[in-house]
Amino acid sequence: MLKILKYSFFDLIRSRWSIIYFLFYFVSGMVLLYLSNDVSKAIVSLMNITFILTPLIGTIFGVMNFYNSREFVELLLAQPIPRKRIFLGMYLGIGLSLSLSLFLGMALPFVFYGIFGSSAIGSLATLLLTGIFLTFIFTGISFYIALVNENRLKGFGMAILVWLFLSFVYDGLFLLLLLLLQEYPIENLAIGMSLLNPIDLSRILIMLRLDVSALMGYTGAVFHRFFGNGTGMLISLLALSVWTIVPVWFILKKSHKKDF
Amino acid sequence: MTFTIKQIFLSLLFLYGYQAYPATIEVSKSGQNSIQKAIDQANPHDTIVVLAGTYREHDILIEKPLNIRGVGRPVIDAGHAGQIIVVGSDSVAISGFQIQNVGFSFTKDWAAILIDNKNYCRIEDNILVDAYYGIYLKKSNHIVIRGNRLEGKAENEINSGNGIHLWYCDSILIENNHIKGHRDGIYFEFVENSTIVRNTSEANVRYGLHFMFSNNDDYIGNTFKNNGTGVAVMFSEHINMINNHFIDNWGTTNYGLLFKEISDGELSGNLFKNNTVGIFADGTNRMKISKNEFVENGWAMNVFSNCMNNEIVDNNFISNTFDLITNSAKHHNHYHHNYWDQYSGYDLDKDGIGDVPHRPVKLFSYLIGKVPESIILLRSFFIDIINMAEKVAPVLTPESLMDEQPRMKIITDD
Amino acid sequence: MIEIHGIEKRFGRLEVLKGFDLSVEPGKITAILGPNGSGKTTLIKSILGLVIPNGGKITYDGQPIANNWQYRRHLGYLPQIARFPENLTVKELIALIEEVRGEKGQSASLIQRFDLQGFQQKKLRQLSGGTRQKVNLVLTFMFDCPIYILDEPTSGLDPIALIRLKDLITEQKLQGKTFLLTTHIMSLVEEIADQLVFLLEGKVYFRGTHRQMLQAENESNLERAIAKILEKEHAENP
Repeated sequence: MLKILKYSFFDLIRSRWSIIYFLFYFVSGMVLLYLSNDVSKAIVSLMNITFILTPLIGTIFGVMNFYNSREFVELLLAQPIPRKRIFLGMYLGIGLSLSLSLFLGMALPFVFYGIFGSSAIGSLATLLLTGIFLTFIFTGISFYIALVNENRLKGFGMAILVWLFLSFVYDGLFLLLLLLLQEYPIENLAIGMSLLNPIDLSRILIMLRLDVSALMGYTGAVFHRFFGNGTGMLISLLALSVWTIVPVWFILKKSHKKDF
Repeated sequence: MTFTIKQIFLSLLFLYGYQAYPATIEVSKSGQNSIQKAIDQANPHDTIVVLAGTYREHDILIEKPLNIRGVGRPVIDAGHAGQIIVVGSDSVAISGFQIQNVGFSFTKDWAAILIDNKNYCRIEDNILVDAYYGIYLKKSNHIVIRGNRLEGKAENEINSGNGIHLWYCDSILIENNHIKGHRDGIYFEFVENSTIVRNTSEANVRYGLHFMFSNNDDYIGNTFKNNGTGVAVMFSEHINMINNHFIDNWGTTNYGLLFKEISDGELSGNLFKNNTVGIFADGTNRMKISKNEFVENGWAMNVFSNCMNNEIVDNNFISNTFDLITNSAKHHNHYHHNYWDQYSGYDLDKDGIGDVPHRPVKLFSYLIGKVPESIILLRSFFIDIINMAEKVAPVLTPESLMDEQPRMKIITDD
Repeated sequence: MIEIHGIEKRFGRLEVLKGFDLSVEPGKITAILGPNGSGKTTLIKSILGLVIPNGGKITYDGQPIANNWQYRRHLGYLPQIARFPENLTVKELIALIEEVRGEKGQSASLIQRFDLQGFQQKKLRQLSGGTRQKVNLVLTFMFDCPIYILDEPTSGLDPIALIRLKDLITEQKLQGKTFLLTTHIMSLVEEIADQLVFLLEGKVYFRGTHRQMLQAENESNLERAIAKILEKEHAENP
């Protein structure tokens, strides 16, 4: 697995897409920082970009990489190693290379600007952590979709739909549900629904750092109590981990039975 | 018989000395050890010096003008038996004491120092510990309360009293005090022409400062931190609020500054930082709100639709989750020349004023008003998009509520 | 060696392999022929473990290959399409396959044989299709395996490389290696194959030497023989 991971990682990190991805974050971060001159504001703006782009790029790379290395996978499958090592290695290779681009692209501008000692370092760390989680989660989901669908167009379309659903449609339905059920105590429902979407979950973890004042008001305090204390944090991280592990489990299960 | 000038002068000098050259009476643990007895023995305008030590007395009554001074911070401990010092004369000065453990009563407002219907007193440099009420003024005028420290032990509104409590007073100066752990830090009811400067009021269970039916007062340069609500101004007129800090007032019904039924005041040069709601305004009219700084609040301002003819000008709105919320599609206030960091317009003619108006009320803040739980969707991409749509074509948010001259840059003092 | 018993494979409703037996003869070159969709690639992939049959059994040296990966140590596989991670160099790709197999390959002589010395530091995306196929050949033959499975080995090769490949196969055969190959180039089959297996509609239609096939169909060359078989088949099942 480590061997496959190593080469898959080296292959991807040298691709110009990785570099473009890195540069995108790097330039955005630089521009936002030096235009706003405010670390917190730059983090808020970057957050908006990250929660859309990271899942999208994870999705696209997961699908594309799988379909593009179809023939090479066959060569690997004919080698004396178990299947799961190949797929795990490839998946981790994509996840890691994307995460590295994301991490360096996002962190370096703040390092140059001077983040250490600033109170915003916690927000940045949370953003980086959730960004990496989202990268792995969406790479995993799309990798699985590609594994199931021989038809590239279908696989690609499906993966994009999943992305669109989780980053956009879900919140619309969420809001609709809250509006419909407003007569009832719905705090727990709201907490439950946000645990079921990794993007919402990541957003809330950041919100707890950036919008504490607002969260202390009204019913927000309930959410702050849940997500803000140790147990809530733990549950959130656990939920993100489950979101990461489940697609991998499906990948391994499917890869065991699949014909190539 | 003729008197020379010299003779007259000498006889005046003699008379003066004879009449009452103020005497100094000393109270100490080793000699005369009762403050009340010393007061009783003293002549008007005498000075009583109390030396270090703990004096277990309460209901100390002062019925003549005296200067009572603690040296080495003597402690007067009432052991929770009742009130401690009652000022029943004009022109009393009390300074340098630590006064502690006022009794608690559901029927009487026992205080560490009570001034009832008297004028021209000075309460300075005292430390009040575990006072039910701290300094209590009834129908008294021209009083100075300066440099005192009040440390209450209030836990809830029912079992606690106010730090500095004024009822029907005029021309009071409250300066440089530090008030902590009371119900209201400073309480004004029917108080006129008074000034509150450079005090710090923190961690009080209800309000840092509370005005009721009080007019023509000023509070300047104070800090209100971590109270239930920083300052509440209710049923009052002509209150000027200048250069104060309203910080860390967090909670479900907590505000930096609460306005209820007030008018014709000025609010300027203040800082609102880290409050759940910076200003909550209900029935507020003809206020000038200018040059304030709203930073990192949940909601910078919540202005109810019954507020009219207020002018909100030259303020900075920076890094608030929401800048403005209101409860109706109608509004009657004038917003202009503010800096909104959420403004996304442009300035083609480079005059420092954005060319398109800014609408500070977001659809989402309206939604939160209806369904508070929806705050969990804050900063969601979906919410950003519906906010944007609402901004372009307002349906639910007040269409006319906008700053037509939003500033492009943060307003600095100079 | 490889034994196939009653192998069946369906993709959805499409039956690709309909249950036949086949044993690969050691030390011989066996060509698997048949029209498109006859099941050649599925058969090869079943042997390699890439495709999991619905029925029947494949054994290697008497051991079933299902849920086993160790036996692939004895197989060298040349995939039909030579596509590799684009941003690796030839040298890194060779190292990757060596690491995956856990053994050192004899790549140097093969690199020389196929004139790849100048390409070692090149990234794979910079190589032409023919060069990539040569790299593909190196990856297959650098390990000393008793069986080589070649899927369309000649695709994209220039005449010189083709001759060198044939020489390589002949040399290996002399060392007692077994070959299983698919190809559309009948001249190559006539030249090197000892055995023909002709698949039709998921079954073994013919098995024997190419001479026997010519006799059976009464034709002078393989292409015509095959065309005749297909015409007959088409007449029976229009």
